[in-house]
Amino acid sequence: MSVHSRSGQRLRPYRAIVAARVRMLLQYRAAALAGFATQVFWGLIKVMVLLAFLESATAPAPMNVSQILVYVWLGQALLQLLPWNVDAEIAGHIRSGGVAYELLRPLDLYAFWFARTLAFRAAPTFLRMVPMVLFAFFGLPLIGLAEWALPPPASLAGGALFLVSLVFTLLLSTAITMVLHVSLLWTVSGEGFNRLMLGVVPVFSGLVIPLPLFPEWLQPVLFWQPFRGIADVPFRLYSGHITPGDGLVELAMQAGWTALIGVLGVWLLGVARRRLVVQGG
Amino acid sequence: MAEVADAFTLYLRMIAQSVRAQLQYRVSFLLMAFGTFVASGVEAIGIWALFERFGQLGEWRLAQVAFLYGLVNAAFATCEALGRGFDVFGREFVRTGAFDRLLLRPRSTVLQLAGHELQLHRIGRLLQGLLVLGWAIWVLDIDWQAWRVALLIAAFLSAVAFFYALFMIQATLAFWTTESLELMNTLTYGGTETAQYPLAIYRPWFRRFFTYVVPLGCISYLPAIAIFGIDDPLGTGRAFQIAAPLAGFVFLALAFGFWRFGVRRYTSTGS
Repeated sequence: MSVHSRSGQRLRPYRAIVAARVRMLLQYRAAALAGFATQVFWGLIKVMVLLAFLESATAPAPMNVSQILVYVWLGQALLQLLPWNVDAEIAGHIRSGGVAYELLRPLDLYAFWFARTLAFRAAPTFLRMVPMVLFAFFGLPLIGLAEWALPPPASLAGGALFLVSLVFTLLLSTAITMVLHVSLLWTVSGEGFNRLMLGVVPVFSGLVIPLPLFPEWLQPVLFWQPFRGIADVPFRLYSGHITPGDGLVELAMQAGWTALIGVLGVWLLGVARRRLVVQGG
Repeated sequence: MAEVADAFTLYLRMIAQSVRAQLQYRVSFLLMAFGTFVASGVEAIGIWALFERFGQLGEWRLAQVAFLYGLVNAAFATCEALGRGFDVFGREFVRTGAFDRLLLRPRSTVLQLAGHELQLHRIGRLLQGLLVLGWAIWVLDIDWQAWRVALLIAAFLSAVAFFYALFMIQATLAFWTTESLELMNTLTYGGTETAQYPLAIYRPWFRRFFTYVVPLGCISYLPAIAIFGIDDPLGTGRAFQIAAPLAGFVFLALAFGFWRFGVRRYTSTGS
């Protein structure tokens, strides 16, 4: 047996987990439709507010209209990708003690949960991203709001870098969600920590307002933190706010953060396993 | 009259019981309240950063927007705490059939749902909103005559009534949809987001919708203009601005009527 097919064999259970979870999560179509409408509405408010600010700018603004439109609509499209909530089933396993069964499986627990979490992040994102991008690109001009439509990528290279960057975004977001999952092994209810992430993630990823619009003196802080890899980096690659020349460095940073946070997750899970007491019942 | 007083006593008892239950887990409550405080503060950070970057929003200053933001968020948090029963109605009462049990009890369904659960951790968002509002009032240098104080209180109560009405409409729609209609989130959560900024910055069609169809503008923007003592760039008169908070209560009355209509149409899911 060749080396390649043996590693393929080893990956098979994880691939099956991803596929099964995606199929399950794609069931909730009605909720997705409602969420879609909500996000369109939210996007419209954001566009109106940001453009109103831009119009009243006295100094040259750090972003132009089309870069802001890209940022807002891609942000609405990829909202589900943000690592701000946990997989209710994994949380349930931890609370109910079902994690004991998870430990019995002949699989690496981190890789097993990572695969599940990857599907948990990817499926709802995919479900919302496609209609949102189509709507923002074709739909808005149809209802007479062409001036607010999603512009095409600034350049072919920018578009390509955006797509590659999205893959890293998914991995990075999954790695951060994994830290949230592992943290549940300590706090049981985990509600407090998760709620804190509800505040941290949207601000530092750029979902509340585009990161370049924060004051200049905050920019170095915003540059050296992992959350911008979830939204800010891919959006600015798309809009050309980050030039394709700088793109490779940005991709490397995304990959670096993913690896770092992945290692953190593995380490935390190791510590947690050693001190884990499964309650009976 | 005695009946109303009796209902109110019962309501206070239900609320007190819910509060006592939540205070059994004190650390959990404090963590949740703190988390709510932080999570609801992100929009405030965004507004601050935008003003830091652009200086002003048309003719609007940071303190004026902060005033609107604080007012709306404090009101919405109050409503989220008080209106929980209606908020979760579709999911927890219609789909499960638990509403049948409420109908069997010799009390009004509205009273039972209003007293369903008072979510104490919403106080995090309430405090956050009040802090921002307090700062805005401090900075704005408003001439606090009695009518302005009264108008501020009226605007707050009107905003609570307005959001409560939205929750009731969402709950009533659940009689037909058997699910909590997530679409209403555009009006509740989206409404708070919208009302954080002066109505004047939005497009005319958007403004008209949020003044005449869903009277969001009447609960914060219009009374705020009168409190600031400035002229409305949209050209409304002072009397209209002062009377505007009435719309919140009228909206609640309409929602109440819709609710009673819905209850008469209710058929149980049987589960």
